[in-house]
Amino acid sequence: MSADDVVMPPLLAVQGLTKRFDGAPEAVFEDVWFDVAKGEFVCLIGHSGCGKTSILNVLAGLDSASGGHVLFDAREIAAPGLERGVVFQGHALLPWLSVRGNIAFAVRSRWPGWKRAEVDAQVEKYVALVGLSGAIDRKPSELSGGMKQRVGIARAFAIEPKMLLMDEPFGALDALTRGTIQDELKRIVRETHQTVFMITHDVDEAMLLADRVLLMSNGPRARVAEIVVNSLPVDRTRHGLHHDPQYYRIRNHLVDFLVEKSAGLAHGKAPSRPLVVTPGLVPDDATDSVAPLARRSA
Amino acid sequence: MGSLRLKSAILSLLIAFLLVGAWALATQATSTKVAISAEQAEYAKLMGKDPEAAEQAGKSGFPTPADLGRTVVRQLAHPFYDNGPNDKGIGIQLGYSLARVGLGYLAALLIAIPLGFLIGMSPLVHRALDPFIQVLKPISPLAWMPIALYTIKDSSASGIFVIFICSVWPMLINTAFGVASVRREWLDVARTLEVPALRRAFEVILPAAAPTILTGMRISMGIAWLVIVAAEMLVGGTGIGYFVWNEWNNLSLTNVLFAILVIGLVGMALDLSFARLQRAVTYVG
Repeated sequence: MSADDVVMPPLLAVQGLTKRFDGAPEAVFEDVWFDVAKGEFVCLIGHSGCGKTSILNVLAGLDSASGGHVLFDAREIAAPGLERGVVFQGHALLPWLSVRGNIAFAVRSRWPGWKRAEVDAQVEKYVALVGLSGAIDRKPSELSGGMKQRVGIARAFAIEPKMLLMDEPFGALDALTRGTIQDELKRIVRETHQTVFMITHDVDEAMLLADRVLLMSNGPRARVAEIVVNSLPVDRTRHGLHHDPQYYRIRNHLVDFLVEKSAGLAHGKAPSRPLVVTPGLVPDDATDSVAPLARRSA
Repeated sequence: MGSLRLKSAILSLLIAFLLVGAWALATQATSTKVAISAEQAEYAKLMGKDPEAAEQAGKSGFPTPADLGRTVVRQLAHPFYDNGPNDKGIGIQLGYSLARVGLGYLAALLIAIPLGFLIGMSPLVHRALDPFIQVLKPISPLAWMPIALYTIKDSSASGIFVIFICSVWPMLINTAFGVASVRREWLDVARTLEVPALRRAFEVILPAAAPTILTGMRISMGIAWLVIVAAEMLVGGTGIGYFVWNEWNNLSLTNVLFAILVIGLVGMALDLSFARLQRAVTYVG
C-alpha cells in the first residue's frame, strides 16, 4: 500500500527537513522528504550518524529543525503533543512509579477530567494488551528489559495517539525477546489500525512490520534516498516471512543499499526526492532491481 | 548476615565496657590521704567547705561513671522541673533547642526548596546566584550572630536565624543539583504528554530529585544540631547549649557529661529519622 492511491492528504508530511548543528560545516541531514498515510506503518533505516533520532525528535516536537516543514494533520508541528505518542529508545519509565502509575500518568495527562475508575479501566486495558496484567503493581526496577519496553509501548498506546513514534524500541533487547515483542506490536497495530513511524536498524524487523521502508543515506547531509514498498502479504508472520519468494529480493535490496550505496550517497549526493521502489515485485532475472517505478513529489 | 549483626553488637558492647572501664580506672580515688591540721579544718569550715570532703582530696575532680549514672537517673526522674531561669529540667531545655532548630530549619526549607528548584531549572539564575552562594556558604553561622542580635534584637529569634542561615545552604545546593540532573528522557516524557508546568514540577521533577533533596535536608539537620549548642551558649537563657554552659559555670562536669550524652543521642535520633525518610523516597533506576 502506498500513499499515492490515497486521496486524502497524508497524516504526516515531511518537506525539505534540514538539521544543522551550530558550528558544524555540513548539515546532519538535509532536504528530507517523505510522508506517512493514516493507518500506515513506516520504518526508517539508516546507519548511525545520519540523524534518524533527530528526525524522530523533530516529529515528536522535542527538537526543532534548521529548515523545512513537518505537517501533521495539515498543521505545522511546533511542540510536543498528545496526538503523537512516543516510545523512547530507553523506555523512559518513571522509576518511582509502578507499571500502573506510569501508564496512569499518561492517561491522566490525556484526559485530565477522567475519574479514577475510568483511568484504572484504561490502564488495565492497555496493560492487558501487552500481557503484563500480572505485573501491574511492580516497579520498573523489578521488570526485565522486555517487560519495561512493553510498558513503554502500553503507555504510548494508552493515550490513543493519532500517530506513534518509536525510536529503536527493541534495540536494547535480546533477539528472543525482540521477536516476541515484534509479534505483539504487529498484532496490536493491526487491531488498533495505529499509524506508526519507527526507527530501526534491523532489516528483518522493518520487513515484518513496515508497509514502507525509508532508506537513509549516510550523513553528513543525509537524505531519505529510497522508499521501498514492502509488497509481502499483509498477514506475514515472523516465522513464515523467509519462505516468501519476495523475501530475499526485498531483503537483498535493503542490505545492498545499507552496505554498498548509503555511504556513497553522503554529502547530499542522494536525490532530493526519494525513489519509490518495489524490489519484491521485480522478477529475479531483471538486472536492475532498483529501477525507479515512480518519482514522487509532494 | 544475622551472625554479622550479632558479632558486631558483641564487639560494640566490648568496646563500651573497655572505654567505661578505662574511664573508671582513670577517675578512681587514690588512697593517698592528705593529712590536714585542725586549723586547716577550721578554715575549711569557715569557708563553707566540708572538711570530710577534703579528706577525699586524692579523688579525681572528673566525675566517675557512677557519678554520671546517678546524674542520669536523677535528671531523667524529673526531666521537666522548672526552678527558675537557671535551673530547668533537661526535657525543657531540649524542648527549647528542638523548637529553635525546628523553626529555623523549617524557614530554611521553605526558602531553599523553591529557590533550589529555580536555580536547578534555570541556568541563568544558577549563574547569577552562584557567586553569592559561594561567598555566603563558607561563613560560620555564628559570625552572623552580632548582626542578628543587632537587627532582630531578640536573642531567641537570633538563635533561630542562625539555624536558618546554616541549614539553608546544603538544602539549596542539593535541591538545585537534584533538579538540574533530572534525566532528560523523563522530562521528554512529560513534554510529549503535554503535562502542565506545575504538575511536571510535582509529579516528575520533585520525585526524581527527592533522594538528592533529602540528602541535603539530612546534612542540614546535622549541621543545625551542631550549631544550636554553640548558638545557645552564646545567646544564653534556655536550651541544651545554655544548659552545658550553665553547668560549666556551676562546675558540674557530671551534668555537662550528661548533656553531651543527650546531645549525641538526640542528634542520632534526628539523623536516623531522616535516613528513614531518605529510604522512603529512593528509587532504583
